[in-house]
Amino acid sequence: MTVTLDAPQLVKTRPLLVARNVSKSYGSVQALIEVSATVYPGEVLGIVGESGSGKSTFLRCLNLEEIPDTGSYTLDLTDVEGNLFDLDRYARRMLCATRIGIVYQNPHVGLLMKHSSSGNVAERLLVAGERRFAVLREKARDALDASEFPLDRMDAPPIELSGGMQQRVQLAKAIALEPALLLLDEPTTGLDVSVQALVLDTLKRLQQERRITMVIVSHDLGVIRTLADRVMVMRRGQVVEAGLADQIFQDPQHAYTQQLVHAKL
Amino acid sequence: MHHLDRKMGAFEDISLTLNAGQFLLLKGRNGAGKSTLLRTLYRSYLAGSGQILFHSSHGVIDLARAADVDVTLLRQTEIGFVTQFLTARPRVSAEALVAEPLRRAGRPFAEAIEEARHWLETFGVKPDLWAAYPTTFSGGEQQKVNLARALILPQRLLLLDEPTASLDVNARAALVKRLADLKSGGTAMIGVFHHPGDVADLIDTEIDLTPDNQAQEDREDVAV
Repeated sequence: MTVTLDAPQLVKTRPLLVARNVSKSYGSVQALIEVSATVYPGEVLGIVGESGSGKSTFLRCLNLEEIPDTGSYTLDLTDVEGNLFDLDRYARRMLCATRIGIVYQNPHVGLLMKHSSSGNVAERLLVAGERRFAVLREKARDALDASEFPLDRMDAPPIELSGGMQQRVQLAKAIALEPALLLLDEPTTGLDVSVQALVLDTLKRLQQERRITMVIVSHDLGVIRTLADRVMVMRRGQVVEAGLADQIFQDPQHAYTQQLVHAKL
Repeated sequence: MHHLDRKMGAFEDISLTLNAGQFLLLKGRNGAGKSTLLRTLYRSYLAGSGQILFHSSHGVIDLARAADVDVTLLRQTEIGFVTQFLTARPRVSAEALVAEPLRRAGRPFAEAIEEARHWLETFGVKPDLWAAYPTTFSGGEQQKVNLARALILPQRLLLLDEPTASLDVNARAALVKRLADLKSGGTAMIGVFHHPGDVADLIDTEIDLTPDNQAQEDREDVAV
C-alpha cells in the first residue's frame, strides 16, 4: 500500500531546501538513484538507513563537496539562485562557508587537529571575510559557548580533547556564522552514551532556540527519534519511505523500514 | 505486516462527527482498535482509506492525506495527543519539558516557565522536583509531568489515550477539572478510558468499536 499525500495547504512558507532527482554513481556502483528531498525552514529532517545506503553521500551532495551526475539542488536564500550543483568551485566554497554548517562523524575531517579550538572556529569567519582579531575571538567564543564547550579550554587543540568536546568544536564551527542549513553526519556515533546525551541535548536546544533547519544522518534510530520532525529511509541509494518521525517509527509502510524499526532493542 | 506476509485490519468503516466542545468516548474490548483509531486521527498511523476532515483555524483539511508539514503545524497549535507515557529526554528538567509547547508557540521563556510551574503544581508534582530530570521520576510522577505538558496549551482537538491510568486520586481530579475547563473553552475531545466513570460528567457521546456491535453515528452537522 502506498499512500499519496496532498501538497501542503496550511504551510505557506516556501521550503528552504529542495533537492530533486539526485543521482550519483562511482564506477559501476549507483550510490544515489533519483533521491529527492524537501525541507522547510526550522524543520529537522532525519535520514536513516544501513551502511552503504547512500545517506552520507547525499549529505555530502547537500554540502556541495560532492557533485552528483544529475539532479538539482536549490536553497531559498535571497542571494543565491538556481541549481547549486552548477555553481563554480569558488562560489560553492563561499556558499558552504557562509550559509551551510556541517558536523562530521569523524572530527579529523572537519577540524585542524593541531590548531587551537578557537582558531578552528575563527577560520570559518576568516573565510567569510572577517579580519578584526577581537571580533574573530569574540564570535568564536560565543559559538563555543552556545555549543556548551568549556571556555577555559578554547585555546587547546582538538587533538588534546575528548571525542565529545571535539564534536562541540565542530558544532561551534558549524554554527559560528548562523548558517541557514546545518548538516549532521552521525554526530553522536562513537561517543559514549552520557556524552551522546549531552551532544543531543545541545543540538535540541540549538534547534529550539535558533530554529536552525537541519538534516541529520544517523543509523541510530534513538538519535533520529529525538531530533527529527520527519524521516527519510534510504536503502541501496534510493528513498524507500518518508514521513513524520512518529509515523515512520509506529506505522512503517515499507518492508525494509519495518525490519529496521523492529530491529531496535 | 511484511514479516508475516499478510495484512491485518484494525478496523473498517468507522464514521463519526464531533463538534467543538464535545467529548466522545471510544469503547470496545482490547484489540478493538481504540488506540489505533486515535493514532490514525493524529496521523501517527496512516489510514488505509477514508477521510478525516478537520476544521482547522486555517480552513478544512483531510488529516488522512494532509502533507506532513501541515500535520506538524496542526500538532503544534491545534491537535493534542495525551498518552500515559512521558517521553523524557536526558538532561531536560521537568519545568523545561512542560514549558516546551509554550516556547514553540513563541511565548517568552520566563512566562512559559512560570506557567509550567503552575501546571506542575496543579497536577501535584512537588516543587523540589520541578528543576529535576523526569528520567529519574517514578511512573506516576512522570505521568503528571506528561499531563502538565500535554494540557498546558489549549487545543481545538484533544486525543486522550487512557490518561487516567496510574494516577493518584488528586491528580485524577486535577485532570478531570482541566479537561472540563478545556471542554467549556471549546476543545473537542476523543478519549479512551479504562474507567470511563472518571470522566462520566464530560461524556457527550459514545462509540463502541467492538466488531458486530458497531453503533454508527451519522450526523449532518459540521465536524470539529
